[in-house]
Amino acid sequence: MSQVNNFSNHRLINWFKLSSPSTFYPVAGKLIPFFWVLTFVFGAAGLWISFFVAPVDAVQGQGYRIIFIHVPASWMSMFIYLVMAAWAGLGLIFNTRLSAMMAQALAPIGAWMAFLSLWTGAFWGKPMWGAWWVWDARLTSELILLFLYLGFIALRASIDDPRRADKASAILALVGVVNVPIIYFSVKWWNTLHQGASVSLTKAPAMAQTMLLGMLLMALCLWMYTVAVTLMRVRAIILEREAHADWVRQSIEVKS
Amino acid sequence: MWNSPSEFFAMGGYALYVWSSFGICALVLLLEPLLVRVRFKAIVRRLKQEQLAEQFDKEIGK
Repeated sequence: MSQVNNFSNHRLINWFKLSSPSTFYPVAGKLIPFFWVLTFVFGAAGLWISFFVAPVDAVQGQGYRIIFIHVPASWMSMFIYLVMAAWAGLGLIFNTRLSAMMAQALAPIGAWMAFLSLWTGAFWGKPMWGAWWVWDARLTSELILLFLYLGFIALRASIDDPRRADKASAILALVGVVNVPIIYFSVKWWNTLHQGASVSLTKAPAMAQTMLLGMLLMALCLWMYTVAVTLMRVRAIILEREAHADWVRQSIEVKS
Repeated sequence: MWNSPSEFFAMGGYALYVWSSFGICALVLLLEPLLVRVRFKAIVRRLKQEQLAEQFDKEIGK
């Protein structure tokens, strides 16, 4: 075993070793509290700016404050999908179990983010547009993203053999990637009721600096939260799927 | 910016919309790790029970 891994031993961190569930499991356990601390720090700072520092909007009054959770949740729903598809693709190419487990662990939190994006959007749309829901390109493509997450979860659940479920769900995840740019550019490609991008990489943002800062802090909070919850879930998945491996049996020693 | 707590909770007349958005988000984000924890504890309990059963079988076999 050590002979095989010698070629990468000069690296600071041996990434090949980490791709094994047995070595990743304890590392993930140690990282979880660290990401929870970051979640709370960014969350507290983000909420403080959202409610006590950012000025009131000239047109939308205090109602605009939904932006501080709506935009970060929407960003995360798209970002998590890309990460999930990347892990699923890596699992398909390298046939690594841990990659597929990571994709499996990311799907529920991604689905929740898509749901929160739609939910907060509805509660923003009602006072501002006068409708909870419209069949607008942006809203519809985000709803499709939620269905892609749910489809991924349902497809996995319907196949008994986990290795076959990995492959089938990976293909679904990769095909679904096409929807992410559609969501992102939908406000440009179609004439939508939904407003254009709030933050652009190429242009200076057309909003107060404090508003931008609040959104970024909330996005960082949700990002760290996602990492923490994903690590927690992937540990449960590892135990479930590797239940009969020797290292699992040794780490869950029963005191007799 | 806010002169009183009640003004803060009124959110300039948008209380229903702002607090429903943030409230549901808080609820989901709190429930999610709790559910994962339940799932984790369940698998650990199952593994421990399996080990106990095996130990028991060995002792009986002796």
